[in-house]
Amino acid sequence: MSVIGNTALRTAAPRARGGVVQSARDSLVVAKRNLIRMARIPEVVIFGLIQPIMFVVLFSYVFGGSIAVGGSTDPSTYRQFLMAGIFAQTVTFATAGASAGIADDMHKGLIDRFRSLPMARGAVLTGRTLADLVQTALTLVVLAIVAVIVGWRIHEGILKALAGFALLLLLGYAFSWIGALIGLSVRTPEAATSGGLIWLFPLTFISNAFVPSDNMPTALRYIAEWNPFSATVQAARQLFGNLPVGYPVPSAWPMQHPVWASLIWSVVIIVAFRTLSVRKYRSATA
Amino acid sequence: MPGAIYAEGLVKTFGDVRALDGVDLDVPEGTVLGLLGPNGAGKTTAVRVLTTLIKPNSGRAVVAGIDVLKNPTEVRRHIGLSGQFAAVDEYLTGRENLRMVGQLYQMSARDAKVRAGQLLERFNLGEAADRTAKTYSGGMRRRLDLAAALVVSPPVMFMDEPTTGLDPRNRQQLWEVIQELVAGGTTLLLTTQYLEEADHLAHDIAVVDHGRVIARGTSDRLKARTGGERVEVVVHEARDISVADGILRSFGKGGSKIEEHTRKVTVPVSGGAKLLAEVIRELDARGIEIDDIGLRRPTLDDVFISLTGHAAEVEEERANGAGKPGGKPDGTQEGEREGVREGEPEGERERRRPVVGGPTRQDEEAAT
Ligand SMILES: Nc1ncnc2c1ncn2[C@@H]1O[C@H](COP(=O)(O)OP(=O)(O)OP(=O)(O)O)[C@@H](O)[C@H]1O
Ligand SMILES: [Mg+2]
Repeated sequence: MSVIGNTALRTAAPRARGGVVQSARDSLVVAKRNLIRMARIPEVVIFGLIQPIMFVVLFSYVFGGSIAVGGSTDPSTYRQFLMAGIFAQTVTFATAGASAGIADDMHKGLIDRFRSLPMARGAVLTGRTLADLVQTALTLVVLAIVAVIVGWRIHEGILKALAGFALLLLLGYAFSWIGALIGLSVRTPEAATSGGLIWLFPLTFISNAFVPSDNMPTALRYIAEWNPFSATVQAARQLFGNLPVGYPVPSAWPMQHPVWASLIWSVVIIVAFRTLSVRKYRSATA
Repeated sequence: MPGAIYAEGLVKTFGDVRALDGVDLDVPEGTVLGLLGPNGAGKTTAVRVLTTLIKPNSGRAVVAGIDVLKNPTEVRRHIGLSGQFAAVDEYLTGRENLRMVGQLYQMSARDAKVRAGQLLERFNLGEAADRTAKTYSGGMRRRLDLAAALVVSPPVMFMDEPTTGLDPRNRQQLWEVIQELVAGGTTLLLTTQYLEEADHLAHDIAVVDHGRVIARGTSDRLKARTGGERVEVVVHEARDISVADGILRSFGKGGSKIEEHTRKVTVPVSGGAKLLAEVIRELDARGIEIDDIGLRRPTLDDVFISLTGHAAEVEEERANGAGKPGGKPDGTQEGEREGVREGEPEGERERRRPVVGGPTRQDEEAAT
C-alpha cells in the first residue's frame, strides 16, 4: 500500500481561499479542537463554576444586610444589586482560561505546528477565544440558575435581560483577548494561570461590582466609575432592572450611558488586544 | 537553478549565541539532505528558519521556489514539518489530530477524514486511532507527529530528528516511508544524530557545527576525506604482532597502528580487495595464524568525530586570535569548507551509493 508516495494522493499545496471565509473556517476548526479539550478536561470547567457560585452565596448571605445600596440595607436588595457584579466578574475570568491554554500550546510546541501550516493568521487565537466564549456562556447559564435560587429576579423583561447577558459575554470575549496576549507573553503555563488572574482582583474590586462606588474615596471612585468593567456591570444592572430605587447614578459619562460605554470599551479592547496578540503570535517562539 | 531548499548566508543570533553563523544550503529537488551536527550545532534553528517559524538576522532562503522571508504564507502551503519534539494535542485522539491538521491545510473535511484514516494505518496507529494522544507512548506520539507532517504529502519536507525515540522496527518503517516519499519526488531535509541513518537515507550530508556548515558531500566523499581504506588484522598469538606489522607496512601507504591488548594491527592502504588477498597470502606464507582480517572503510561516526572535534579546536584558536574570522558578519564562508568541496576527486561521484529512487537519481545528477 503506497499512501505516501502515491502521487494521486498528492494533495500538496492546497489552494488557500484566503480572506474572511478561510479565517472563519480555520477559527472554527481551532475552536472545535479547544471545545473537545474542554469536554475532556471537565475539571477546568467545574472549578471555573465553583468560585462564582461561592461568591454568590457568600456575598449574598455574609455581606447582604451590612452593605447599604440606595439607602437600604435590606439583604434582598443587595442580592439583586450584587448579581450583575458577580456575573461580570465571572466572565472576566475567561482571561485566565485563554492565557493558560495558549501558554500551554506554546509550551507543548503546538503553536509551532500551527505556525507552520497555511492557516489564517489569527485563527489559533480566535479559535481559542471563541471556545472560551462558549464556556463562559455555559458558566453564565449555571450561575443565573443559582442566582434565581437565592432570590435574584429580572424586572425589565426577557429581551432586555438577554441584552444584558450579551453585553456580559462581549466583555468576557474582550477579556479573553487580553488573556491571549498574556498567554503569548509568559514563558510557562503556570505563570500564565496566575498572570491571567491576579490583576483581575483589583480591577473587579475597584468598581461598582460589589459595593456602590459613591462611598469610595475620591480617587478610587473616579477609577471605579471609568473602569471598563464598571460600565458593563452598570449596563447589566440597568437592563436586568436591578438598580434599587433611590440608587444615586454617578455623574461620570460611562455611568450615565452604561450600555454605550460597555459596548465601546469592549470593542476597543477587542481591537487593541487582538491586534497586539496576532502580531505577537506571528513572531512567537516557543 | 537553486534547489528545492536553498539558503544563503543565514545568520541567527539569540543574545550572544550565534545559533546560525552563515549557513549555505542547496538541496536539489527530489533529494535528501542529512544535516548532521553535535548538540547545539544549530540544526533545529536552521529548520525553524526554513519553515518560517523564526526570522533570521540576515541571509536569504528559498523553499519550493518561494522566498521564505518575503512570502512565508505561500511557503507553508508547500512544506511539511515534523519538529524535534512531537507537536500533537494530547487531549485529541490520533484521528482528531490528523483531521484538524488536514483541515488547517485547507483540505475539505471529507478529504481530511479519508487522509487521516490512511495515515493512521500507514503509521501503525490504526488500533490507537480513537484514543487520546495522552495515552500514547513516546514513539507513538512521534509517529503521529510525522503523520501530521505528511497530511498533504507536500513537495518539501523537514524532519528534525524524526527517528529519535523510535524502536528499531518503527525506525525501519519510517525509513521506508521516507524512501517512498522521495521516490515520489519529495525533497527532504532531515536532521539526525544517527549517522547510520544519514548514511542510509541522505544523498548529501552537511555537517554543521557552531552554526556553520563545516563539511558537505556524499557520505562516501566525507568518509574518503577522513581517511581511505584500512586493512585490519587481528593475530591469534601476541608474539606474531611485530611480524604482522612488518607485512602490513610493506603493503600499506602510511604508518601502522598497533593495539596490543586486542592484538590488532591496522594500516591505511589503497588497492581494495585485491590487495587484501595478497596480504592474506603473505601472512599465510609466513605461518601467522589470524583471528580476523578485513578491509575497513571509515564510518560516518569517524567522520563526525574527526570533523566536529577538529572544528572545536579551530574555533578555540580563532577565539584566542585577534582576527576572529568565525564572527564575520556578512556570513561568507571560507577556508576548510571550500576545501572539502573542491578537494574531492571527480571519481567520487560514480562511487556514491544511490539510496533512493535508483537510476533516475544518477541521471539527474549527471544532468546537473
Ligand atoms: N529560543 C532560543 N533562545 C536562546 N537560545 C537558543 C534558542 N534556540 C536555540 N538556541 C541556542 O542556539 C544554539 C543552536 O540550537 P539548536 O537547537 O539549533 O541546536 P541543535 O543543533 O538542534 O541541537 P540538538 O542536537 O541538541 O537538537 C544552541 O546554543 C541553543 O542554546
Ligand atoms: Mg535540535
